[in-house]
Amino acid sequence: MADDPLRIGPHSFRSRLILGTGKYPTPAVMEKAHAAAGCEMVTVAVRRVDLKNPGDPIMGHLRGLKVLPNTAGCFTADEAIRTSFLAREFGLSDMVKLEVIGDKETLYPDLEELLKATRTLVNEGFVVLPYTTDDLVTALRLQDAGAACVMPLGAPIGSGLGILNPLNIRLIVERLRVPVIVDAGVGTASDVSIAMELGADGVLLNTAVAGAKDPVAMAEAVRLACCAGRLAFCAGRIPRRATATPSSPDAGKLGAGSNS
Amino acid sequence: MRVRLNGQEREVENGATVAALVESLGLAGQPIAVEMNRRIVPKSRFRETTVNEGDTLEVVTFVGGG
Repeated sequence: MADDPLRIGPHSFRSRLILGTGKYPTPAVMEKAHAAAGCEMVTVAVRRVDLKNPGDPIMGHLRGLKVLPNTAGCFTADEAIRTSFLAREFGLSDMVKLEVIGDKETLYPDLEELLKATRTLVNEGFVVLPYTTDDLVTALRLQDAGAACVMPLGAPIGSGLGILNPLNIRLIVERLRVPVIVDAGVGTASDVSIAMELGADGVLLNTAVAGAKDPVAMAEAVRLACCAGRLAFCAGRIPRRATATPSSPDAGKLGAGSNS
Repeated sequence: MRVRLNGQEREVENGATVAALVESLGLAGQPIAVEMNRRIVPKSRFRETTVNEGDTLEVVTFVGGG
């Protein structure tokens, strides 16, 4: 079970980590970090070609990786749909990390527009990976709309606050058929472990690695954390209890009086 | 003739095709997508699609993101 591949629509992955390609100090560091994380898929953003400097600085550093275009920066379903169609024209992927932002400050998603865009893109043959809140009802609706997985946030994008509501993530994991990938909010390795221990099928992160003092070392740390969390989830943790239970037997203690 | 390319006015040769425009920008073979007047021009149609005076073109690629 711990070794099962992660399946998103028709795609299958051995690694349960998806990394970003933004905010790295250099493309070379990014490439090393991706290798250290052992990830097989990375997100990219869709933007106008810079006509003054049309060379692509990251293309040459993504060899062997699946590319997952996002719709970051889109505020309506229409914008996100338009961006998804353009991304598909690159000929690199039928997948899209669907983001429809509802609030500039928190970058929380607009759930109504997200559902609308998910329905349309699924009908158009896309494999849709929607970034959503940690709300169970929305997650269920996204699943019903045909999303290939759901990607609830652990905390606001880039905040590094970790998994703010573990209960909500667990509820989503327990109720959905499609994979659940925790997306956004990861600050460090333990956050990845917690997500995986809660039963998440994978974790998507960018800033935690790209913004670390040593991105390559952090990438290795999150790889190990992902494996540890997955193993712990599959191993089945003990229930929490409010009272102590000794690990050593009471019987046979020295000076314990008669053996009656 | 003048077109609007990625939000800026730009002079292109009369009767230029999308393929010629993409080549003149040094983008041939790059992972790009082209929209003309809000409609996608598939790569397979770059050679047969001509750009007209006043057209609005968007040429996008992918960049680092999360």
